[in-house]
Amino acid sequence: MSYLVRGYLEEDELPPKPSRERLEERNVAYIECPQEIPCSPCIESCKYDAIKMENINAPPEVDYEKCNGCMQCIRVCPGLAIFILRIKDGKGYVTLAYEFLPWPKKGQEVVLLNRKGEEVGKGKVTWVLPPEKNDHTSLVRVEMDPELIFDVRAIRIIEG
Amino acid sequence: MRLEDHPIVEFKRGKEVTIYFNGKPIKAYEGETVASALYAAGVRTFSRSFRFHRPRGFFCAIGKCSSCLMEVDGIPNIRVCKVYVKDGMQVRTQNSFPNADNDLLGVLDSIIDRFYPHGSHYKKFNRPRILREFITKRVRGFAGTGNPPKKVFEGEASFEEIETDLAVVGGGPAGMSAAIFAAKAGARVILMDENPFLGGQLVKQTHRFFGSGRHRAGTRGIRIATILADEIKELKNIDVRFETKVFGIYDGIVGAVEKEKKLLRIKPKKIVVATGAYERTLIFENNDLPGVYGAGGVQTLMNVYGIKPGNKGLIVGSGNVGLILTYQLMQAGVKVAAIVEAMPRIGGYFVHAAKVRRLGVPIYTSYTIQRAIGKKKVEAAEIVKLDENWCPVKGSEKRIECDFICIAIGLSPTHELLYQAGCEMKFVPELGGLVPVRNKYGETTVEGVYVAGDVAGIEEATAAMMEGRIAGIDAAIKIGYGGDEALKIREEVVRDLKEFREGPFGARIVAGLQKVTMEEGGA
Ligand SMILES: Cc1cc2nc3c(=O)[nH]c(=O)nc-3n(C[C@H](O)[C@H](O)[C@H](O)COP(=O)(O)OP(=O)(O)OC[C@H]3O[C@@H](n4cnc5c(N)ncnc54)[C@H](O)[C@@H]3O)c2cc1C
Ligand code: SF4
Ligand code: SF4
Ligand code: FES
Repeated sequence: MSYLVRGYLEEDELPPKPSRERLEERNVAYIECPQEIPCSPCIESCKYDAIKMENINAPPEVDYEKCNGCMQCIRVCPGLAIFILRIKDGKGYVTLAYEFLPWPKKGQEVVLLNRKGEEVGKGKVTWVLPPEKNDHTSLVRVEMDPELIFDVRAIRIIEG
Repeated sequence: MRLEDHPIVEFKRGKEVTIYFNGKPIKAYEGETVASALYAAGVRTFSRSFRFHRPRGFFCAIGKCSSCLMEVDGIPNIRVCKVYVKDGMQVRTQNSFPNADNDLLGVLDSIIDRFYPHGSHYKKFNRPRILREFITKRVRGFAGTGNPPKKVFEGEASFEEIETDLAVVGGGPAGMSAAIFAAKAGARVILMDENPFLGGQLVKQTHRFFGSGRHRAGTRGIRIATILADEIKELKNIDVRFETKVFGIYDGIVGAVEKEKKLLRIKPKKIVVATGAYERTLIFENNDLPGVYGAGGVQTLMNVYGIKPGNKGLIVGSGNVGLILTYQLMQAGVKVAAIVEAMPRIGGYFVHAAKVRRLGVPIYTSYTIQRAIGKKKVEAAEIVKLDENWCPVKGSEKRIECDFICIAIGLSPTHELLYQAGCEMKFVPELGGLVPVRNKYGETTVEGVYVAGDVAGIEEATAAMMEGRIAGIDAAIKIGYGGDEALKIREEVVRDLKEFREGPFGARIVAGLQKVTMEEGGA
């Protein structure tokens, strides 16, 4: 469990990835929650029976065929461990939960950060769920190079 | 230092008032504690230590460490983190001359090591007894606990006798749940908390909670506090007493003081003690320097009163509290230099660590803090690597620039009332310290006295709520309320709690509980 020494997942510790075809079809939830913790809002919020969890302590597993990308789970996950991924017209999209000021706005250019907080490029905000619609957790969709969707896990607003 | 905008919390400040600190006017807002108003005004030295007159800042901000004692309106030894500002209030530092910030006796701290090193009062001048008594008196002469009161209490004191079914001590998630479930079963309840609000630790938890949705996971802690408080308002058979301190339990009779002027003598049929926990500190050089704070203290300052603790912090401890606090500091616009963790791995949930790691906060596992650097307040910290035997590795020291340090190494149960009530206590490291022996419904060895929440063993709010429900409903059942329906609910919650604890994080708790849980009916 070396991710517990580092505080981030390495490539070989990631959950299985949805196929390129699946990513091109529609949104899909990708959950990075590998540890046994007593937590279950994600499975309780999923109306499509797409998340599997044997008991409240088991880590969640997504069935990418059942998941329809409805984004209920990402709204409630206290671990901010769910990312909605998509590839469309050759562009990659990551939707993530965001809880900092200033709130990102549609059209804004942002710095893309990986799991270690390193800059890996720039992206553009294409959609936001305003914070007031989800008890102050905003959802932000960022457009980027499709190669980056399994790397980018945070964004930084460019000041000024 | 006061936060105007925050992504999660809206700070509603009361009317602007003026308080006087060592004679100087300071702006404050109604609803703020004196400690937070002083902090917002830039005051960092709150007191001086008894013996060596070392500067001390606040630490816990919830009335449990006594490092903030001052003279308020002529009355000495007041915990200013528990007193709310009033227009015209006179606040003075004590045990220092001319004031705590510039204490002439502070020089003692730098010279005394030469002939009377720190800690030597345990070893030197101990024999013969006469010498020990003489020296102790001299040392105490330097020290003291403020001047005699300049003013006496002027209000009208009163007394009230209350007979009820259940008395609940502490209005955190455990106490609130106990009150709700007992009241729903039909019992008359009195719920007391020393704060002017309900919620306990929840009032500073701005993050969404873990656990199962049925127990409000996915909801922010602050909202859970409001939901429970609203539920209590609806229940007419719960009598809530705010600013009410319970000071003792004597043969089933609860003694309390309401709003500093009314003595309560409560005769309940059953009692639930849900007094929560206090923060532990850590031993390192200069750990008493202003700027070394408890993690919860910082949360209170920042999330309840909207005051920034500083510009850049170092977090000691990577349990959930340390990880969440790091995230919350960043939400308030405060930088976090690093998190240090003595264990070779992160102690809290991975997902909490990942949240701050991806924002670039380094987490140093197998590192500890060696000393705080600074003269009158924290200016930096020195951390050091630990080898497999927990020994510092020479040459691995790193200086971390920061202006405050948060100690997030864990909590200890606030067990004093239980001890005083005569409950059999055991020291159980897995549960955080001294905890009472109890049966599976939380009843201790003193019949009719129950425990629930952090005081029964340090865990978290979901478990605290479940324990509260169990204790409340069991007490109601034993008094004769609720019938079969209540029995069913009780067993359901017991089952949920068991499932909740089945993972690796619960394993430690379960191991601890095995040492203190009696067979049913043991009380
Ligand atoms: C940073 C942090 C993050 C956390 N995150 C989570 C999380 O994600 N999920 C989770 O489930 N839990 C979390 N917790 C833990 C949770 O907040 C506590 O476990 C929970 O609040 C314990 O509840 P309690 O009712 O036992 O005690 P408390 O909430 O501490 O309440 C005790 C109350 O008793 C009052 N009191 C004490 N003594 C007396 C007296 N003599 N007379 C009158 N009143 C008295 C106090 O004023 C206080 O209001 C977190 C805690 C911290 C510090
Ligand atoms: S996105 Fe919707 S369907 Fe997919 S796992 Fe989340 S809640 Fe279920
Ligand atoms: S809600 Fe989030 S943190 Fe909780 S189990 Fe699901 S993915 Fe993990
Ligand atoms: S008692 Fe006031 S800061 Fe601890």
